[in-house]
Amino acid sequence: MSFLKNKVERIDQYLSDHPRIKFVLPQALLFAFLILIVGYFSFNASTNLEARGIDTGFSFLNKKASFDIQFSLIEFDSSMTYGRAYLVGLLNTILVSVIGILFATILGFIFGILRLSSNPLASGLATSYIEFFRNISLLLQIFFWYFTVLRFLPQTENSIVLFDSIYANIKGVYFPKFVWTNLSFLIYGLIFTFVSIYFFNIYARKLRENTGKILPQFLISLGILIILPTLVVFIFGVGVEFSHPKLEIKMGIANYIGGSSIIPEFLALAFALSIYTSTFIAENVRAGILGIDKGQKEAAASIGLTNAQVLRLVVIPQALRIIIPPTTNQYLNLTKNSSLAAAIAYPDIVLVFAGTALMQTGRAIEIVTITMLTYLTLSISISIFMNWYNKKVSLTER
Amino acid sequence: MNKTLNYIREKFFSSPIDAFLTISISYLIYLTIPPLLDWMFISATFSGESKKECVSGGACWVFVKIWFNRFLYGMYPNDEVWRVNLPFGILVVSIIVYRFLNEKYKKYLFLFLIIPFPILSLMLFSGGFLGLMPVETREWGGLFLTLVISIFAIIFCFPLGVLLAMGRRSNLPVVRYFSVGFIEFWRGVPLITVLFMAGVMFPLLLPAGTNMDKLVRVIIAITLFEAAYMAEVVRGGLQAVGRGQYDASKAIGMGYWKSHIFIILPQALKLVIPGIANTFIALFKDTPLVFVVGLLEILGMVNLAKTNPAWLGMATEGYVFVALVYWIFCFAMSRYSLSIEEKLKTTN
Repeated sequence: MSFLKNKVERIDQYLSDHPRIKFVLPQALLFAFLILIVGYFSFNASTNLEARGIDTGFSFLNKKASFDIQFSLIEFDSSMTYGRAYLVGLLNTILVSVIGILFATILGFIFGILRLSSNPLASGLATSYIEFFRNISLLLQIFFWYFTVLRFLPQTENSIVLFDSIYANIKGVYFPKFVWTNLSFLIYGLIFTFVSIYFFNIYARKLRENTGKILPQFLISLGILIILPTLVVFIFGVGVEFSHPKLEIKMGIANYIGGSSIIPEFLALAFALSIYTSTFIAENVRAGILGIDKGQKEAAASIGLTNAQVLRLVVIPQALRIIIPPTTNQYLNLTKNSSLAAAIAYPDIVLVFAGTALMQTGRAIEIVTITMLTYLTLSISISIFMNWYNKKVSLTER
Repeated sequence: MNKTLNYIREKFFSSPIDAFLTISISYLIYLTIPPLLDWMFISATFSGESKKECVSGGACWVFVKIWFNRFLYGMYPNDEVWRVNLPFGILVVSIIVYRFLNEKYKKYLFLFLIIPFPILSLMLFSGGFLGLMPVETREWGGLFLTLVISIFAIIFCFPLGVLLAMGRRSNLPVVRYFSVGFIEFWRGVPLITVLFMAGVMFPLLLPAGTNMDKLVRVIIAITLFEAAYMAEVVRGGLQAVGRGQYDASKAIGMGYWKSHIFIILPQALKLVIPGIANTFIALFKDTPLVFVVGLLEILGMVNLAKTNPAWLGMATEGYVFVALVYWIFCFAMSRYSLSIEEKLKTTN
C-alpha cells in the first residue's frame, strides 16, 4: 500500500513540476477518447447498415410519403414527400407549443398572484392547484385529459353548440372557417399600422425628452390601430365570409363537413401542457413578487403615485426582471414536453417523423438526428429571443 | 363571537375583489368536492371480483384491487415476487435506520447502499443462479420498473453531473468545450427523442451481434439526459462558493481534486440541495416515457389493463391510482429534501 502511495505522490510531484504536461495531458486524453468513441460508433454503423442493405443519406426526404396525417396547418396528402411531412409535424409542434405557452403564462400569473393573496381560501386554492399538478407525471395528465375528460363529450349527433356556430363533440371542436377576399392587402395594412405606431412612439418619446411636451401616446396609438386597418378594408375591398361546418350523415355515420376543426388530441395536449407548466410559472411569479423590497413600494407611494401606478411603474417592471429567466426555461421545457404528443397520436414532429416515417424508411440514424437537431434549433431560438427580451428589461445600472 | 366575525371579515371580505374571490371559490368547492368524494368513496365499489359488481355509479376500485400485483410488479411471475419485495424492504428499513445511526456507521451503510446493494438486488431480480428462476427484463414492469429505472439513473447521474459541472468551470479548453457541448446538447432535446435514440438508433452503433438489454439502454439514456440538468444545478452551487475558499485550499497545498472533494463540493452541494431534489423528482416523473421503447412501468401497465376487454372503461380509476402513487413519491421526496436542508443548515 505504502509503495503505491509513494508512486502516486511521485507522479503528483512530477506533474506539479511540469505544469505544461498537467495542462496538455488530460485534454489530449479526453480528445483521443472522443475520437475513439466517434470512430468506433461510425465504423459499427457503416458495417451494420451495409450488412442490412440500407443506403444512407437524406435523399429519402424527396420520396413519396404515402401516409396521411390527420391534422395539418398546410395542405398534405399521401402523394407528398417525407420532407413535406416533416414540415407538417414541425408546424404542429410549434402550434401546440405557442398555444401552450400562452395559456401557461396566463394561468401561471393568475395562480402565482392568488397564492400571495391574504385571503386563505384563495391562497389555499392556488397552493393545492400548484402542489397537485406539479407532482404528477405530465404523461399521466395528458392521458387523463384525453382518455377520461374528453371522453365525456357527446357523440356527433348531439354536439354541444356554442353561439350557434361552434360545435364540440367527441371527434373534436368544429368552428366556422374564415374565407377572406383580398386578405393580402389587410396583412400589408396591419404591418404598416404596427410600423407607424412604433415610429410614432419613438417620435413622441423624443419630443418629450427634448421639449417636455407630452402627447397622449396611448390614445393616438389606439386611434392609428383602429383607423388605418378600417381604411384599408374599405379602400381595397377586403371581405370575409364564414363557411359554417354542416352536419352530414353518410351511411349512418354523422360528421361535420366544412369549416375548421381542432382534434381532441390537440385539446388534451394543450390542456395538460398549459396546466402542468403553469404550476412552475406560478412559483416563479410568486418568487418575483416576493423578491421586491417593501421599501420600493413605500418609496413609490411616498412620492404620490397611486396604487395602480405603483403596480404598473414600480412593482411589475422589477418583478418581471426576476420572473423572466426561470420562465424562459419553462417555455423551453414546454416546447420539449410537447413531444409527448406521440403518446396520444397528435401528429407532431416526433409522431409523424420519428414514428411513422422512421417505420416506413428504416433510416433510424438520419431521422433521429434530424428530429434532435430540430428541437435543438427550437430551443436555441427561444433562448436567444428571451435573452434579447431579458436584456431589454434588465436593470441598466449607472 | 365578535372576534370571529371580525376575523372572517378581515380575512375573507376585506375588499370587493376579496369578497368576489371568497364567494366564487366557495361555490367552486361546493360544485366539485362533494361529487368527487361521492365518486371516490361513498358510492364506490371496493369488493368483488369483476366489473359486473360495479353498478353503484361510483369508482370501481375492484379494478385496481384485481390488477394490483400487475401494477406493482408488471409481468414478474407471481411466485417470485418476494425477490422484488426483499431488496425494497431492506432499502426502506435501511433508510429509516440511517437516521438513527451515529456518523461512523452511517458512512458504511451509505457505501453499502450505493455500491454492493444495487448489484446484489439486480442479481436477485434477474435470477439464474442458486436455483433461482431466471426472469428476463421484459417481464419487469409496474412500479417496480419505475423504481429500478429511477434509482439506477439517480445513482449514475449524480457523479456524472458533478464531473460535468466541474468540467464546465475547468480552465482546460478541451474539457470545458466538451462539457458545455454535452450539457447544452442534452438540455436542448426532449427525453422522448433520447429514448428513441436508445431504442432504435443505438443498436446500429454497436458491433453486429451484440445485444444490449433494452433496460440497460434506457437507463443509460436517462442517466446522460438527467446528468446534464444535474450539472447545471451543481454549477450554480460551485459558483456560489466564495473565491476565498478556492484560494485558501490552494494556499494550504491542496491540489485540484483534493480541494474540490474536501472543501468546495461539500459546500457547493449543500447550497443546491433543493435543486438536486428537483432534478431527482423530474427524473422520477419522466420514467413513464419509457413506453417509447416498449417498457411498461406503472402507467404503462394501467394503459394495458384498461384495454383488457373485461375491464373496458376503467381508465379513470387506473389514472387516479397512478396519480396518487406519483404524488406520494414526489411529495415525499420534496419533503425529505426540505428536512435534509434544514439539518445541514449551518449558521455562518
